[in-house]
Amino acid sequence: MRQFSYVRAESAAQAVSAKGIEANEFLAGGSTLIDLVKLDVMQPETVVDINSLPLYDIEELADGRLKIGALVSNTALAYHPVVKEKYAVLSAALLSGASTSLRNKATTGGNVMQRVRCSYFRDGISPCNKREPGSGCAAIGGHNRSVHAVLGTSEHCIASHPSDMCVAMAAIGATVVVKGPQGEREIPFTDFHLQPGNTPQKEHAKAADELITHVILDKPIAGNRSHYLKLRDRASYQFALASSAVIVSVEGGAIKEARLAMGGVATKPWRAFEAEQSLIGKAPSAQAFQQAAEIAFKDAVPQSQNAFKIPLGKNAVIRSLKTVTA
Amino acid sequence: MEMKDAKVLGAALPRVDGPQKLTGQAMYAADHHLENMLYGYGVYSTISKGTITDIDTSAAKQMPGVVDVFHHNHFTDRIYKAPTSMKKGLKVDESRLPFEDNKVYYAGQMVAYVVADTFAKAREAALKIKVSYQEDSNPVSSINQARAAGVEVQEQKPVGKSRGDAETAFSNSAYTHEATYTTPVETHNPMEMHATTAYWENGRLVVYESTQGVTFSRNTIARVFGLVQENVVVKTPFLGSGFGGKLFSWPHCFATAAISRELGKPVHFMVPRAQMFTTTGHRSSTEQTLRMSADENGNFTSIAHHTLNSTSEIDTRVESAGVITPIFYKCPNVDVANNVIPLNTGSPASMRAPGAAPGLFASESAIDELAVAMNMDPLELRRKNYTDRDQTEDLPWSDINILEAYDKGAAKFGWDKRTPEPGSMRDGKDVLGWGVAACAWDAMKNPSKASVSFLSNGKVRVSCAIQDIGTGTYNVMAQAVAAATGVDVENVEVKIGDSDYVDGPLSGGSWATASVLPAVKDACENAIEELKSYAVMKNSPFADAKEDDLTFADGMLSDSNGTSIAFADILKSQKLASAEGEGSSDASMKEGFSSRVFGVHFVEVKWDPEIADLRVSRVVSAIDVGKIINHKTATNQVSGAVVMGIGMAMFEHTEYDERTGRPTNNNIAEYLMPVHADMPDELDVILLDKPDYNFSEVGAKGLGEIGITGLAAAVANAVYHATGKRIRDLPITIDKLI
Repeated sequence: MRQFSYVRAESAAQAVSAKGIEANEFLAGGSTLIDLVKLDVMQPETVVDINSLPLYDIEELADGRLKIGALVSNTALAYHPVVKEKYAVLSAALLSGASTSLRNKATTGGNVMQRVRCSYFRDGISPCNKREPGSGCAAIGGHNRSVHAVLGTSEHCIASHPSDMCVAMAAIGATVVVKGPQGEREIPFTDFHLQPGNTPQKEHAKAADELITHVILDKPIAGNRSHYLKLRDRASYQFALASSAVIVSVEGGAIKEARLAMGGVATKPWRAFEAEQSLIGKAPSAQAFQQAAEIAFKDAVPQSQNAFKIPLGKNAVIRSLKTVTA
Repeated sequence: MEMKDAKVLGAALPRVDGPQKLTGQAMYAADHHLENMLYGYGVYSTISKGTITDIDTSAAKQMPGVVDVFHHNHFTDRIYKAPTSMKKGLKVDESRLPFEDNKVYYAGQMVAYVVADTFAKAREAALKIKVSYQEDSNPVSSINQARAAGVEVQEQKPVGKSRGDAETAFSNSAYTHEATYTTPVETHNPMEMHATTAYWENGRLVVYESTQGVTFSRNTIARVFGLVQENVVVKTPFLGSGFGGKLFSWPHCFATAAISRELGKPVHFMVPRAQMFTTTGHRSSTEQTLRMSADENGNFTSIAHHTLNSTSEIDTRVESAGVITPIFYKCPNVDVANNVIPLNTGSPASMRAPGAAPGLFASESAIDELAVAMNMDPLELRRKNYTDRDQTEDLPWSDINILEAYDKGAAKFGWDKRTPEPGSMRDGKDVLGWGVAACAWDAMKNPSKASVSFLSNGKVRVSCAIQDIGTGTYNVMAQAVAAATGVDVENVEVKIGDSDYVDGPLSGGSWATASVLPAVKDACENAIEELKSYAVMKNSPFADAKEDDLTFADGMLSDSNGTSIAFADILKSQKLASAEGEGSSDASMKEGFSSRVFGVHFVEVKWDPEIADLRVSRVVSAIDVGKIINHKTATNQVSGAVVMGIGMAMFEHTEYDERTGRPTNNNIAEYLMPVHADMPDELDVILLDKPDYNFSEVGAKGLGEIGITGLAAAVANAVYHATGKRIRDLPITIDKLI
């Protein structure tokens, strides 16, 4: 492990000022950062420990939204009574990820900032435009079966976003609150993560010296039913090959509102707006679900080993829709 | 004296070493932190074939705490090749000496070794070393890639004996089946990584080694350093498992001992998990072609089993798939062939049930396919071709109860409710698939010694240079002593995992228990004789008796008058510390028999076709391995092997990037093995527990490996029954089914 300086921030403002440049990193649960530092993939000059900041609360706002502190652990969030009752899809997504011990350490803000699992990114030596812009993408034409995307890829990067939590948040609708030297600002969740495009090293809309302080979930859809389905080779402790987060409300035999997001198949938590629209006003049916799934994956581009994710992803969407309307 | 105390021998006693492990007192090879100790860290090749042109160590050497960097120009004339002789207890899996020359044969080969005063500094310095290479063209890391590149296939001596004329019989038979089955490279992933801690003390080399064989390792290290065996001691009191990857010492062990000699200090070295995938062995990939035929009644008429397996450029290893094929079923015409093809990967090694695990995947899948072609129940087809003789040696089995295993397993599983049509059985949204496959493994013994001491404090000590690789050797030895002496298990001290004790066998091949227990029994008998000789000495309670008139039971000597005295009191009466006996077992077998272990797996998979979700939901394994010494550890061994077999069937696969030869899933997040959630809802292990006294006087054979054999075939057969798809390429992942 390379040496780095360590600062324990006592306030968000201090954290932001200590963070400064890109070469420094915030430390929350550490389940991504420490891992990647040990692999020598990340080499922070300074690590700014934010665990002393008062960002551990979950608060119901007057407008019906839910404000989650960035340091709330995945475990605490998954088992919070309001989340279990009103945002069941988020609880399910969280509990499908990682392991108990990791969920105890991993935080809400950290999960939003989770890095990709592409082995060429993590090995520290292969060409990787994320790690070393301009070096190429070894995953294209390499091993890209499990943690690579079919949606939102570019010729520079095809790594899938690994988070389950973020897929549920994308479906629910949320706002990421960040604090920087110029003060606080809010970023819509679906705008927060970026597709790789020509700059795969730029993964999110936050500036290097901005700190995530909260994630605010949209008000839950009245009378909704939701489902998170994660498909993978083994039954636990594996990133999704394909996942779906679905929230639907049905009124008078027709779908009134629908939210659909996918994981494992896309370079960012993937909200399928067009597929959602196709469902509105329709009676739940196999045909409608199939059509929504087709729309959700209409732009999918398979890589050499992951073409199966397209039918698998569609299957996940259809099963989730079936489940919430059964 | 018979070992007839069924209460002790066979009891489901909990682990005698459990408290030490639970409380962290069990010391593993990398747990030793000695005074003035230095820490080593490797630099590993990033190319898979070529020559090192330069190693720039300047930045690393300037770092505080860094002591030295070793590589191919170091100590080459101070270490020697280890010869290979299983009989003499000498073997390595990678025959190249560490830093022998500047050649690179595989990605992940250790090309430099940094030594520093802390682990962290050694690791950081290793990152700063720059290695330059001249890469050779066309490195290959898979069988297909090697073939395409024109690498020559090398014919090997077949692992099984052929007989009759399989070709002619095949063309004249009513039913035939021919297919090719492939299995990938699998990597041993024991919890404890390979590690060596070595130091020299007055010319004597002490090595804490993560090994399945302290005696073999000691012998081999002595040859590598040109020392008498007495000047090397290898210690492995505990092992975090090995699965065959730790049978023999690897180059990092010799490098660590050599560097400790150069620097005059203890050196500690651990193989990182990523390099467990490159430089400490793996199960070879195989390509197996099966040609089987049967007459109109289902009697096998021919079996041809041809295997090609990957090996390394450094070493030729034959993965002995096909070894059981000619033996197990009644069939007059058998043809077994083995070929290898060298790759730019590290040297392969034994992995739990080498040969049989991939071999029975192919042959037991093929039998299922033949049964489908014949429209015959696959269990019935196996029953029909049962034989009570070893077909190769033409000898009766010392014992075989596989028909009983078939019956008991089928009854427990409910096999008679199976409908043969694929996809015809359902449980709600899930399609059920039921598959069956036989399993088999060797029944072997190896020479072993053991030493037993009755102590004046009332305890009995047993020692042997064997080791407990996590399977329960501490238990079975304690139980064997308890059974032979009548002393409670709690009063037996087991001393193993140290090559200074009398020579013991490797813990491999499922032979450890079968090898050491007869020696323990012999040692107990000899210790009792010594005790009797003390009992009749002057001032002893039995001073007037003759040795032959004394009998020993329940820890006491008795004379013909009915007087019984505890052994500790006899020793105290003579002011003796102990009465001792050494025992041995020469591994000889009763003439006129052949021995193996047998069994059967019944597997249920649940297949949710709408979302391509495949899970193993039930396994019933009925196993015939002779006398069971400890029901708890025995069941644990078989159920663990079954779960590992599920991994082999559905998950395990070391993926080399053919462009670089580097494994890409070189960690235990991405190299998938079953986790708790993958455990079947029901996992029943039926141990027939029939002592095989033709095999040994103890009647126990071995059960470490049999559980993984056949399991992948049973899963594949169940998957076919559920989906109608025959997957002949492991692992059976959902992309092959969707």
